[in-house]
Amino acid sequence: MNTTESLITIAGLAAITIVTRSFFLLSGRELVLPDWVKRGLRFAPLAALAAVVAPEILMTHGQLIATWKDARIYAALAASAWFFWRRGILGTILSGMAVLLALKFGLGW
Amino acid sequence: MPRLLATLQHPEFRRGVSDMSAASLGIAAWGLVTGVAMVKGGLSVPLALLMSLAVFAGSAQLAALPLMTAHAPVWVVWATAFCVNLRFVVFSAQWRPFFTRYPLAQRLAFGYFSGDLTYVMFMRRHREPQPGSGQLQYFAGATAINWLSWQLPSVAGILLVDSIPTHWGLGFAGVLALLGLALSLLSDRATALAATVAGAAAIAAFALPFRLNIVVAIAAAVCIGLMVDGGGDAGRRDRDALLRALQRRGHPAGGSAGERA
Repeated sequence: MNTTESLITIAGLAAITIVTRSFFLLSGRELVLPDWVKRGLRFAPLAALAAVVAPEILMTHGQLIATWKDARIYAALAASAWFFWRRGILGTILSGMAVLLALKFGLGW
Repeated sequence: MPRLLATLQHPEFRRGVSDMSAASLGIAAWGLVTGVAMVKGGLSVPLALLMSLAVFAGSAQLAALPLMTAHAPVWVVWATAFCVNLRFVVFSAQWRPFFTRYPLAQRLAFGYFSGDLTYVMFMRRHREPQPGSGQLQYFAGATAINWLSWQLPSVAGILLVDSIPTHWGLGFAGVLALLGLALSLLSDRATALAATVAGAAAIAAFALPFRLNIVVAIAAAVCIGLMVDGGGDAGRRDRDALLRALQRRGHPAGGSAGERA
């Protein structure tokens, strides 16, 4: 991409950030959502996060991993275990990264 | 100026700062990796700085970069970023009751600065809109730390691209931060099932263009969630039919689930 194209692309991406994050804030009028939509929305944030996270842990180059020797699996398990034990985000990140780096550099996974 | 000072000294501002600081390590590692990726992907340093400061959406930037490098048409890059950002559309529906009383320019600013972590932490601390309970101050505190711990490492990554070891897997810290957030949203069996379905659907539909797998995953999870939760007439009918079928076969799950409902 040349500079002009890149500038246009980046400007569009910034606009997409604003429009998606402000989507239901754009209109100031009263917004009445049907009851089932409200109940359904309860699941959407968690679903979106799971949809972003799961491929990052279990896929490589667009394929489901076919080996148990992947440091990310154990890092995610350790991080989850920490979370359920202590409920802190910092400890979740640190415990997961400790396992990831130990397996990467210790066992070469 | 006095208003700014009052905001900075507000206990809810400090609370927002300390809540977000707990996750700042993950945000920072992810920002650093994204900064490096932008320059390695072929953007010049000024363009990379502009992208970081203007777009301010890590997952969308990382999804857009390989497409920009591969000279994909601009609309493909935008469509992909839109799908990756679609979760924010859902989040904005839940921000609405908190922010409708502000003028449009301010609402746009609130939206622009509200990332994943801001959303989850804010909603955990403030469940109902209550003017005067420091919600704006909490948002400001959490947002300030979120912005700083993303932008400073991102700029550092852009400027120091060659001296940062990306093969360590530092970017995984950001994934772990999102994993922690996802786990904090698990509240009952319905949400756990919805999350599992979403993760499986996102992997199964990964080959779809424009990161539509995320859209498929959200749709599947909402449907399953509504069915299990007994939401919606169609969902209730389906669930009742399923339970009746299970009971006819003498399946124990039919009985216990029926009693719970």
